[in-house]
Amino acid sequence: MIELNNVAMSYGGRALFENVSLLLPEGSFHFLTGPSGAGKTTLLKLCSLQLKASTGQVKLLGRPTDDLDRNQVAAFRRQIGVVHQDSRFVDHLSVQENVLLPLAVSHKATTDANDVSDLLGWVGLDHVAARMPPELSGGERQRAALARAIIQSPEIILADEPTGNVDWDMSLRLLDLLIELNRLGKTVLCATHDLNLIRQAKSRIPVRVLRIRDGGVTAAGADL
Amino acid sequence: MTRLQNLLLGDTTANRVVPPSGFTASLTVISSAAMAFLAVFAISLFLAAGELSNRWEAELSGTATIRLPVSETIDDQVTNVLAALDQTPGIVSARRIDDSEQLALLAPWFGQDIPLGKLRLPVLIEVEETQAGPDVEGLSNRLAAEAPGAVYDNHSRWRIPLVEAADRLRNLALISLLLIASVVAVTIALAASSALAANGQIVDVLRLVGAEDRWIANAFTRRFTLRALGGAFAGAIIAAIAVALIPSGVDAGILSGLGFRGGQWLFILSVPCLAAGLAFLATQIAVARRLKEDG
Repeated sequence: MIELNNVAMSYGGRALFENVSLLLPEGSFHFLTGPSGAGKTTLLKLCSLQLKASTGQVKLLGRPTDDLDRNQVAAFRRQIGVVHQDSRFVDHLSVQENVLLPLAVSHKATTDANDVSDLLGWVGLDHVAARMPPELSGGERQRAALARAIIQSPEIILADEPTGNVDWDMSLRLLDLLIELNRLGKTVLCATHDLNLIRQAKSRIPVRVLRIRDGGVTAAGADL
Repeated sequence: MTRLQNLLLGDTTANRVVPPSGFTASLTVISSAAMAFLAVFAISLFLAAGELSNRWEAELSGTATIRLPVSETIDDQVTNVLAALDQTPGIVSARRIDDSEQLALLAPWFGQDIPLGKLRLPVLIEVEETQAGPDVEGLSNRLAAEAPGAVYDNHSRWRIPLVEAADRLRNLALISLLLIASVVAVTIALAASSALAANGQIVDVLRLVGAEDRWIANAFTRRFTLRALGGAFAGAIIAAIAVALIPSGVDAGILSGLGFRGGQWLFILSVPCLAAGLAFLATQIAVARRLKEDG
């Protein structure tokens, strides 16, 4: 689960948000929406420990993250799958090698070749496994990022505008994958400004929508 | 042990995660090769200077020469001096250098046809000293009494500066080696740090997927250590060939000491190993510092 208690974040003296308290239960699916610059990405980075809150406490999987050393932060990140709008890769490694990176860095034996193939097949990338990331389309990159994010079967999946660079069909396909992961019990937090995507998700599974605006986070109204 | 094994062998992905090419790769390989080349020469100079110092010390110590100016009573003086030397502690033997030997000594400068009888050359007495040697001051006083103007020369005014020069040469070679090692360390540390900065995206990706600093540092360290090892090995081999081609033998003069003999060739193998060790330490420190600075 993800828990934020009175979290504030400021950059250069300007408060981005203050006193944010959230509780995202295990196995829940949340969308985070709001205008550009409201702090969606920052909030997700706080949850993936890429940033540290100015004040307040972030708890992940039931544990506070305030006083973690660098190795403990790395260990937490291995339990969180992250997909960004512009997912980055090691460009001189193949798609398959990139997807396997989380296993390599955690000194885990590389999963069985069939398992990797199954995973790439699940996200629809088995035909590009040997290609290099720069050769992929926007949608393929997002799906490769999703495959990389979930190869270690993390409990939490954070997606920051995962459909920002893809067409509607691909957006639906990515949404299908996130929904499927949520059905497997994963906690999903997805930042997006695409209201149609949120409506699509709501029509299929119970999701909650959080709106970040004016320095605070509130539950969205019934219009969403 | 496992950590060392991981570092040395790594895994397929870790071995490939640092880009195989780029200016930092060339910089590491070329600078390691150049420095190994110079290091081999510095070692060669160090060994040669040491041998030269020992040789000059051994050849010139333990012998002395007495010069007696020509006079009417030179033969009596020679007899008295030899008798005095015979009774002097620290003297093993003494003998007068005859005309043919003097002729041989002068021949390189004046040719074979020197009319020795017409020249007023001093008489020379060759003296062999014990290891402790005689009391030079007391002996000189006694010689002055037996043969006014006699000079006792134990070559110290030649030997000491020569040995000192050889020792300084050896120290210079040692300092050169230390400087070379420092340059290797600094160059590779800078290259590793630059590589890390140039590959910020890779580091970001690795951090995002949960890589610890140690894993990232090991990946870079492994790459740079292997590059330094390869470059230094090539440089050392080229230098070894160059050293082997230096003329040897008596005619080569001081150059005859430059080179490796027997087990000394193993010093060449130590150069790439030391370069790799330096690269390992320099990269570990530079990368760890950089990762910490980046947050």
